[in-house]
Amino acid sequence: MAKLPVQLRLNGADRATFVDPAEPLLTTLRRGLGDFAPKYGCGQGTCGVCTVLVDGEPQLACLTLAVACDGRHVETASGLADGPDMHPLQTAFMAHFAAQCGFCTPGMLTAARALLAHNPHPTREEVVEAISGNICRCTGYEPIILAILAAAAAPGARRA
Amino acid sequence: MLELRKDLFADERDDTLNVVGKSVQRQDMPGHVTARTRFFDDHAFDGLLHLKVVRSPHPHARIRSIDVSAAARAPGVKRVLRAADVPVNKNTLLSLINFGKDDEPALAVDKVCYVGEPVVAVIAESEAAALAARNLVRIEYEPLTPVFDVEEALKPGAPVVNPTYPNNYFEYHERFDHQKLRFGDVEAAFARADIVIEHRYQMSPIEHAPTETNGSIAAPEHNDRYVVHTCAQGLFFSLGTTAKIVNLESNRLHFIGGTVGGGFGGKVDSLTEPLAVLGAMLTGRPVRFVLDREEEMLYGSPRGAERIYIKDGLMRDGRIVARYVRSYFDAGAYTRLSSYAAIKCTAHIPGPYWIPNVASDIHVAYTNRCPSTAMRGFGITAVDFALEVQMDRLAEAAGLDPMEFRILNAYRDGDVKPHRRVAKNTALIECVQVAAEKANWPLSDQARRQSSLVGGGTGARAEIPATVLDQRGQIGRPESRGAPATGTLPAGAMRIPLTKEPVMEGTRDGRAAPVQVPRYAPAPAPGPAGPPPAAAASRPAAPPASSAPPFYPPAPSPAPVAPPPVAPPAAPPTQHGAMRFSSVFGTRRR
Amino acid sequence: MLDVRTCGSLAEAAGLLSADRQAHLIGGGTLVMRAVNEGRLTEGTLVRVTDPAFRQMNLGGPRIELGAGVTMAMVLARGELAFLHPAARSIGGPAVRTMASLGGNLFAGPPYGDFTVALLALDAQVVLQAGYGGGRAVALEDFLAARARGGQGLVAAIQFARPQSPGDFRFRKISRVRPKGIAVMTLAAHLPRAGGRIAQARIAYGAMAPTPIRARGVERALEGKPLDAVSLQAAAQAALEGCRPATDAIASEWYRREVLPVHLARLLAGDGR
Ligand SMILES: Cc1cc2nc3c(=O)[nH]c(=O)nc-3n(C[C@H](O)[C@H](O)[C@H](O)COP(=O)(O)OP(=O)(O)OC[C@H]3O[C@@H](n4cnc5c(N)ncnc54)[C@H](O)[C@@H]3O)c2cc1C
Ligand code: FES
Ligand code: FES
Repeated sequence: MAKLPVQLRLNGADRATFVDPAEPLLTTLRRGLGDFAPKYGCGQGTCGVCTVLVDGEPQLACLTLAVACDGRHVETASGLADGPDMHPLQTAFMAHFAAQCGFCTPGMLTAARALLAHNPHPTREEVVEAISGNICRCTGYEPIILAILAAAAAPGARRA
Repeated sequence: MLELRKDLFADERDDTLNVVGKSVQRQDMPGHVTARTRFFDDHAFDGLLHLKVVRSPHPHARIRSIDVSAAARAPGVKRVLRAADVPVNKNTLLSLINFGKDDEPALAVDKVCYVGEPVVAVIAESEAAALAARNLVRIEYEPLTPVFDVEEALKPGAPVVNPTYPNNYFEYHERFDHQKLRFGDVEAAFARADIVIEHRYQMSPIEHAPTETNGSIAAPEHNDRYVVHTCAQGLFFSLGTTAKIVNLESNRLHFIGGTVGGGFGGKVDSLTEPLAVLGAMLTGRPVRFVLDREEEMLYGSPRGAERIYIKDGLMRDGRIVARYVRSYFDAGAYTRLSSYAAIKCTAHIPGPYWIPNVASDIHVAYTNRCPSTAMRGFGITAVDFALEVQMDRLAEAAGLDPMEFRILNAYRDGDVKPHRRVAKNTALIECVQVAAEKANWPLSDQARRQSSLVGGGTGARAEIPATVLDQRGQIGRPESRGAPATGTLPAGAMRIPLTKEPVMEGTRDGRAAPVQVPRYAPAPAPGPAGPPPAAAASRPAAPPASSAPPFYPPAPSPAPVAPPPVAPPAAPPTQHGAMRFSSVFGTRRR
Repeated sequence: MLDVRTCGSLAEAAGLLSADRQAHLIGGGTLVMRAVNEGRLTEGTLVRVTDPAFRQMNLGGPRIELGAGVTMAMVLARGELAFLHPAARSIGGPAVRTMASLGGNLFAGPPYGDFTVALLALDAQVVLQAGYGGGRAVALEDFLAARARGGQGLVAAIQFARPQSPGDFRFRKISRVRPKGIAVMTLAAHLPRAGGRIAQARIAYGAMAPTPIRARGVERALEGKPLDAVSLQAAAQAALEGCRPATDAIASEWYRREVLPVHLARLLAGDGR
């Protein structure tokens, strides 16, 4: 079956590639465009490690059709740091030991980024809700919640 | 909150710790938060192929026929693998240290033994193409009667799960159908005990559920080698296993790993590496084999189920005088690491308590369930749960506080363990004291004064008692499971003397092989009617029940002991890895 | 291998669906793409709809119309739909809700379909578009009863009357995982009152049968009664009428039957949770 062209912005850069018609965005990002930040953990929507932003809204790349992202802006955890400068979420995750194996981290950061973009000063409950679709099997959620709350309190957290 | 109790055992440590107790940044953290950490799947390859396996839908069935023709013709398919394509299609993980027989195929040959057993592998240009082609593989099965219960599996006439072990148990040292531990005379002690309590405990399998599923990518590399990116928890273990199965010299495999997206023990089985490498060898292209979530949850081997029976003899004053543990590890259909789990379990018995008479029979049974493997303390976790629940029940039966009861029976430095090693660095008493303090749990003054450093290794606590031996559970003789005692190993004996007869068994492919394990001489002649050892008989009657336990239980030294054992100074046996590995009776000290 | 067709109009999509039994509509894709990823859906055509009407919300009048492509997140963004927020928020995490559509929820098998339970208690109608013709409104209950047979074509929109008083509408999803998980069961009730007495109550259950169902027995028990101990007792007695719950990884059939009356009583008594 013929491949289809897809053009999108990835972390601010215009990119183009060819995809299988029913290819999930996750495959396109990882295998087509070489952005390995979003991971495969389930392909079912249950783990959240593939969380990306599509036009600013969190979506699960494993369940998103790549062709549906034509012309849209996709952001991943690879684009979170500003060059060598880490985003407050990243420094807070480091400071609070909010990662152990690190496999859930890109998805967690992206979910947290989506939260802070809409709600710069979330309550603890709102943080819990924001990462309720992201599974971490190692770290325990507490350090992650604390890190997100700490990042929200830091200057520049809303920086997209 | 972490609290370092440096007041405890202060003189056993020099306090120059410069990491423990301090916050130190993990060195992999910047990679994690910038998403630059490269997991096995985070590597780009041109021409990457994707491998998917067809799995058995039956727990137990004969394979009548396999038709891969439609799958092989399907769009994008590069290669279909069947059992005959696997160079060495039988392996057991611990074969790398010569422990156990090869019993598991990479792809099933003529029968399947569990739901999810891989039968055929499809390699295609995309995951979607591999999945579509997978649906085209036609396999005809003839269902066989399965067995799912460990004790049912060990009964005579049970369906044979694993043809390599036709009696459905792992064979220890080519001699017994279980791991045996014998110390003192539990039967005599039960007869003498004020209270005997027996309970059954059970634990279901537990899946590790790592966030990253098992997988690997193998690719042809320069100089005729293959590079393998893998999530394996034991990288070189996986390399050795893969080299054997694909029949390559291990120096032709270049394994890269160490970055594991959660493992917890579930990534030691080399579930994907051999087929990925074989795929790369046969196609000349990079091949990626990743379990999907459903495969990971259902067929990525779990911590195995266990059934445990504990029988304890208890005196009214709270001393445990005998403990017998009989347990069954559910290996599932193949051995993987269950053989080792039973060894760890045996080494853990009777828990952190000094008990003068201890015996255990730990079985590994094959059933038609998913093979089980390592997971965080496997071999110990379930039996520990069982032992501690049993301890609470014993404390209740003795009318003692459960914390004080543990302090009373805890190992102390110098105590001899049933494995004939001396307990060192014991700390249960202090742990219980601190836990009680934190929980505001009242302890008696006497209990608070106890110390792991005092009172251990005195009297009987320092002795190896005369030990009753038996031939129960000989391989292939289920009727021997209830057999009587056959003799007594004299007090003080470290081990059953080794036979001097040369042994030529345990050969592979008809060639004489080195002795795998030392053979024991026949057990000493049965003692007439096996009278309980003098020591036991002369033990003073238990003091009247009281709520304050006697923290230094009278520990008479076993009366006239035959002069120590004189185990024949037989030339040390070939201390083969397997023997060292499985010997919980060894003399090694730490 | 799977193909994808993108349709600019609902009619085009409906035409494709009716012409080809191997064509499947993809809404948010949260269920469809899982089937693709797991190799259960490997042949045929996925039909995508980009028609703006598919995601339109008409909230002005007494009768609300929501395009079937409207997502849970879109519902949550509209204050006018506050009475539906608990139902929308009960589905997945934020990244699922930006994708999960109301139309897809109508097709989600148990224990999914939580939003549909809410719609059932609102006496919603489903606008079906078969082929290139116009739409046809069907009662949601009839739609669900026919769902198993399949082949209903495209759901274009969902319509229902706005509850007179939002407090009359209640939703309760029981799950075992915090902060959220799939349903042990889901209950919704619309309890309009006239002169202190219930008139035309609608009670719906999810995960108590192969599709969301109406609790007719409870509705009858409450009809014309004030919400008091007597009527609650009668409702509890009739709670299990028509239930055929399944045993799944979340709960056994037995458990679901045992606890349904308890949760129903709490729902009717207005226990918030
Ligand atoms: C992690 C996770 C958690 C979830 N939790 C919940 C939950 O708590 N409660 C719950 O109810 N659901 C839950 N779901 C299931 C699912 O996300 C929702 O039911 C969602 O509403 C389905 O909508 P969709 O648009 O994604 O459906 P799709 O996957 O696009 O479609 C599902 C089915 O409906 C058909 N279909 C979709 N739209 C139409 C239409 N307009 N006309 C005709 N046919 C159509 C499709 O052909 C397909 O057969 C969860 C899913 C995930 C991945
Ligand atoms: S991989 Fe997408 S949610 Fe798990
Ligand atoms: S750190 Fe391993 S999954 Fe979260």
